[in-house]
Amino acid sequence: KVEDILKRIQAHSGVIATMVINDEGVPIRTTLDNSTTVQHAGLLHPLTMNVRSAVRHLDPENDLNLLRIRSKKHEIMVA
Amino acid sequence: IGHPEFFPLVFTTKTQEIFNCRVDEDVTEENCFKLIRKDDIIQDLKARAAISDFHPVKNIVLEYQGEELLVVFDPKFQYGQNFYLVASEEAKENLLKPPETAEEKEAENQEETLEVCPYKPPVHKPWVSLGSEKEVEEESVKDGVTKIKYMFSRVRRKFGAPITFTDKNASEVKDSYIECTSYQDKAFSIKKLEKDMGVQMVPRVTEASTQTTWTYPKNAATQYFPRQLSSEEKEESLSSEKLKDFLTSVHLRMEIALQQNEIMNAFFDDWKALAEDESSSGGKPDVYLKAYQSFVDLRYLKDRTISCICWHPTIYGIIAVSARQRLSYEEQFNLSEKSLLQQPVILFWSFFDPLHPQLMLECPEDICCFQFSPSDPNIIAGGCINGQVVLWDISQHEEKLQNAETVADEVKMTTVNMVNVPTLNVLYNTELPLVRYCAVSSIESCHKKPVTDIHWLPDCFEDNQMGATFENRDEIRVQLVTCSPDCSILFWDVPVPKLPEPSSEKLENYALFDTAPDVPDTLKNLDLCWKPLIKIDLHESDTTKEYGPTRINLRELHYHYKTSEKLHTLSPQREVRTPSSKNRRVLENISTGFFVGTEDGEIVYSDWVIEIKGQNHTQKYTIHTETINTLQRSPFFEDIILSIGGRNFAIWKEGVTNGPILQSSCSAGRNTVGRWSLTRPGVFFIGRDDGNIDIWDLLKKTHKPSHFQHICKSTITSISPWISSTKQHFLAVSDDLGALHVLEICQMLSHPSRNEHASILDYFEREVNYLKYCEQEFQEFQAK
Repeated sequence: KVEDILKRIQAHSGVIATMVINDEGVPIRTTLDNSTTVQHAGLLHPLTMNVRSAVRHLDPENDLNLLRIRSKKHEIMVA
Repeated sequence: IGHPEFFPLVFTTKTQEIFNCRVDEDVTEENCFKLIRKDDIIQDLKARAAISDFHPVKNIVLEYQGEELLVVFDPKFQYGQNFYLVASEEAKENLLKPPETAEEKEAENQEETLEVCPYKPPVHKPWVSLGSEKEVEEESVKDGVTKIKYMFSRVRRKFGAPITFTDKNASEVKDSYIECTSYQDKAFSIKKLEKDMGVQMVPRVTEASTQTTWTYPKNAATQYFPRQLSSEEKEESLSSEKLKDFLTSVHLRMEIALQQNEIMNAFFDDWKALAEDESSSGGKPDVYLKAYQSFVDLRYLKDRTISCICWHPTIYGIIAVSARQRLSYEEQFNLSEKSLLQQPVILFWSFFDPLHPQLMLECPEDICCFQFSPSDPNIIAGGCINGQVVLWDISQHEEKLQNAETVADEVKMTTVNMVNVPTLNVLYNTELPLVRYCAVSSIESCHKKPVTDIHWLPDCFEDNQMGATFENRDEIRVQLVTCSPDCSILFWDVPVPKLPEPSSEKLENYALFDTAPDVPDTLKNLDLCWKPLIKIDLHESDTTKEYGPTRINLRELHYHYKTSEKLHTLSPQREVRTPSSKNRRVLENISTGFFVGTEDGEIVYSDWVIEIKGQNHTQKYTIHTETINTLQRSPFFEDIILSIGGRNFAIWKEGVTNGPILQSSCSAGRNTVGRWSLTRPGVFFIGRDDGNIDIWDLLKKTHKPSHFQHICKSTITSISPWISSTKQHFLAVSDDLGALHVLEICQMLSHPSRNEHASILDYFEREVNYLKYCEQEFQEFQAK
């Protein structure tokens, strides 16, 4: 079932890669090569933590739903 | 002042006459009382009613008890008017009686009587002294002692002499000053009971510094590698429930987000699009062609008109213009007298040097039109006024053209150093290279009349003598098409050129040819014996009427210019060869239709394959009244053609045979030339014979030009738009006096709005449908 979900997301048009990262920032499952994955995980994990803490500080009952980073070339979505 | 019993009255003269109380006659200041009988007053009231002066006091009069009423003259207007009526007997008695006796005592009514003393002039009396003389004498100033006069004199030369001042301490000399020292006086002692004092708190600040000792410097570095889970751990976590739950909860939002991205373009920059919209809709921005540069040469272009402009396809800022005799309308047809006082030339101008042309191409005759070869910008083909076709090769000067900027500076510098004026001319002469043509067609087989249009054929096909089109794989343009009013269209074959070799042995071979040393040897064998490949005569088979084409337009004439670097990468040694018909595909679906504009103003649409075979499917349209001078395809739409001749222009669509899609009304001046804009699909420029350029924007108005601009005083002979860079769009305009104006097209005219292409396409579709509809209506009408 996990596989199915990941496959479905990956199958969307326009999706370049998918990564599953645990709460310590260590990648579990990825469709990219190792070095890129590690780089993305190392950069995105602290960012997500930061954003989430910011959201919760503003309203303690709030929580981060989806973080979308849209750059000139790509868009990164972190759930 | 209002006294309760005195009523002010105004007595007019009439009233005064009636009652004998005329001012200053019966009644005076002294004798101010007048008794009037009540009956008289009542009679007067009856007689004169409202205008009677007693009208305001009518009630009082009627109620009055006595027989006579007292009216008092009041010269001082004490009570407001010049008379007043006394309303009661008692008051009357008081008035009449007391004033005579009561000068000292005050009246009960508080009536003031004015004392009027008689005036007595002053009488002289002797002076009585009252002791003031003494005071006057004491105050006056008198000279007590006679004044003493002193006279000081000094030698004249000491006046104004320089003076020196010195300083001296006063304490040095005794008794030069008197001091008043202070001492404490025992008599006084004041105890101060109150004292004002202020206190401020200031932190105690001390500065201190320390220095640490860095015993020995050492670089520290850490090396790390990212944490990675081993594969078993990965497997374990992948199959954990937590992950499953997490993914099931999360994947929905991911999919929503992804769908959103699919629906809407995530990378659309709203900000930039906003700016675009605003610039097109807001306000009325200036639309204009800004004058960028003007090129005039007095030596070569004197009394000459420019017949054709061409931008250099690769080098920025180089334009070539061809000059021609300025002939009147009749002379153009006769061409019998040709004065060869001046060498006909093609001049190359560069933006960086507006005074001196960069390069000059020598022509055998006046050139009517010329084109750069799209595959090799160093080959130029031109059509002469006597029907010949000429080729030039400027590869030797290509570098010079590319460095035009530096050369211009050098020329300027050297001219500055020169002192003598005559040597300047010499310098000017030697700096301008003259390139002689390297091939000219044979006189017998070329056109009989001036070549009015010349085009390089696209590189994808060649025609052979059989009329079939073949593919040319080398991407080198090898064929030309020319047309002339002698009713023929000629196809020329340009063999692949051979680069000259500077070796000495070859020179012997070429010694037979007696030519100038610096002419490139390309196409040597063509010179004077170049013959056209195919000749097409345009005439109607049944009426033997012939068309004199002035402009021709083939379908596949889209130029894609290549830089010359690519050419150099090909093998440097190439031999002249004729294209073999072996390994070529025959192209079946090339459209062979072409448009021809004729001398008489007709537009003919024909097919050259069919022409050769003898059949005739031509269509002919007569819209214009004068010679067609422009026939150009739109750079955006392959089947839309603009034709200009005489006083109107028309837009045609290939395949629509009823007529033109758009036909303009007659304009004020003769249209001499027109071009589509290279960037905006609905914009084209038309030059007129009064020096104006009309800018037509089909999106704005289709019945008249959206803007026009006055460029010069004489007829505009040629227009050529060009894109030098994304910011600079130029329009080269040449006029009858030999001047070339380069104008910069403003952003409004050069940047298309977002949907312009689609809108223009829509517009043309609509026009085509409208034409069809009109045709239908007409047929229905005829059927009735």
